[in-house]
Amino acid sequence: MSLSAQEADDDNTGVLVARMDNARNMSNILKAIHFKDTAIVFASPNGLKVTVEDAKCVQANAFIQAGLFLEYTLKEEQTTFKVNLTVLLECLNIFGNNSLPGSVTALKMAYAGYGSPLILMLEDGGVLTDCSIKTMEPDETLDFNFCSTNVVNKIIMKSECLKEAFSDLDMTSDVVQFLLSPDEPFFRLSTFGNAGSTHSDFPRDSDMVESFQCTRTQTSRYKISLLKPSLKALMLSSRISVRTDTRGFLSMQYMIKMEDGQVCFVEYFCSPDEELDDGDYD
Amino acid sequence: MAKLAKTCTLRLTTTKLYFILSEKVVNGGIAIWCELTQGHFFNEYNMDGYSEEFNEIYLDLTPDNLLRSLKSSQNAKSIKIKLTKKHAPCLTFEVELPSLSSNSRLVTHDIPVNVIPHRLWDDYKEPDMPDFDVSIYMPPLKLLRSVVDRMKNLSNFVLLSANQRGQMKVKVQTDLVTVTTYFNDLDHPTWRRDDSQSQEDRGSLQRDPAQFAEVHVDIRKLAQFLSSQQVNPLKVICNIVDNRIAHFFLLHEDVSLQYFMPVVST
Repeated sequence: MSLSAQEADDDNTGVLVARMDNARNMSNILKAIHFKDTAIVFASPNGLKVTVEDAKCVQANAFIQAGLFLEYTLKEEQTTFKVNLTVLLECLNIFGNNSLPGSVTALKMAYAGYGSPLILMLEDGGVLTDCSIKTMEPDETLDFNFCSTNVVNKIIMKSECLKEAFSDLDMTSDVVQFLLSPDEPFFRLSTFGNAGSTHSDFPRDSDMVESFQCTRTQTSRYKISLLKPSLKALMLSSRISVRTDTRGFLSMQYMIKMEDGQVCFVEYFCSPDEELDDGDYD
Repeated sequence: MAKLAKTCTLRLTTTKLYFILSEKVVNGGIAIWCELTQGHFFNEYNMDGYSEEFNEIYLDLTPDNLLRSLKSSQNAKSIKIKLTKKHAPCLTFEVELPSLSSNSRLVTHDIPVNVIPHRLWDDYKEPDMPDFDVSIYMPPLKLLRSVVDRMKNLSNFVLLSANQRGQMKVKVQTDLVTVTTYFNDLDHPTWRRDDSQSQEDRGSLQRDPAQFAEVHVDIRKLAQFLSSQQVNPLKVICNIVDNRIAHFFLLHEDVSLQYFMPVVST
């Protein structure tokens, strides 16, 4: 009975229908931004953008380009809905995350429009799973108004060195301080914890740094608790771009390589900690 | 086995060993019946039961203790298990461990047990095979386990249903999400009894084969059962009595385990 209902869904003319041959690709990207229970999904002809926000200060976006899907059809210009990310991830991993090589979980996603649930159909070795996740009224998302013309400093580097620096951050410190400068010490991460301060410097001529465009010395502090979730994205990524704008807002973009060699991007925005104004601390 | 229950009953007969558990309904009402052939495990087996007529012994014990004793004797040369009477009745494990020198070491474990008097033996009878509506071989346990483990995070109860056409469904439903996993092309065991009027046969013949029989069970109990299987059994049969009980039958070379899981009402 239900099996035939499932076939009927195939012909359903929903607003969004997307297929992917490996559901793990999707779950890996979403894991990178999974620091809150709910996420907002924007579907546009370019693909999906999944946004997670916390404390009105930090925003994470995962971009899943239409090209990553085998099939991607969107009947409307764009559509937005809110969904429980924890539940979505459980559903995507229903067949376990360490499935044997050779057996991949195929995914079909469908959304019939405002008010209807997000339907996931997963298949692994002949076993089918249907998921129907309730969607919610989307919240207004923050606009960080971070435009490239206001960017003061920009560094592109391999993720490895930052991974170490970030995992060693002193969590007893409230804030982490980013210092970007055209002169020494170029790029410095500092924490001020119970056991003293730490600084990690990255020289601009290191092999790890691929591009270094800093126009002036800028120091800004960010709540460590807000930046901590970005570690998940950092761990998955191969390359990272760190940018700050004139207001001291931080943007970090991560390039994540998929299992099949395709790349996708995850982006974190964070607003600076208020106590300190841009550039008056050295 | 130890993972499933805190205490259980060991029944010894001349040919077989049984581990029995029957929980009270308030605790969930799970029942387990595990049967081992003694010849497969022991070279020598002597027992003196209650009487000539009832040559059996019933003991209450903690499987944890038993497991611990057996773990320490993994690489032992030989183990002797005896029922002894020290200050209290005990199962005594005499473990002969290999050593570098010619003298071998002997380790003794005493596990306290409770001997169950003859008049209570009736409580520990083999449970009747339920008159099930559907009987089906389970899909690969590993796959089912990962599915159930995920579902466990979503809901407390799971709806398990199957029909006689090789289809099985596992479903959870909450306010947020409905997840259904379908398994197809599963086999059905054939039940043959000496008397052709076996109840089981009649029960399943009368049903429409495509009709699903379903049970609503505690997902933690199901997950626990699935993850407790250390050895991969040859076959696992799932029998379902519509809206009453799920009965799992694990077959191994010399071990068989039956697991009864009653439904929970919502």
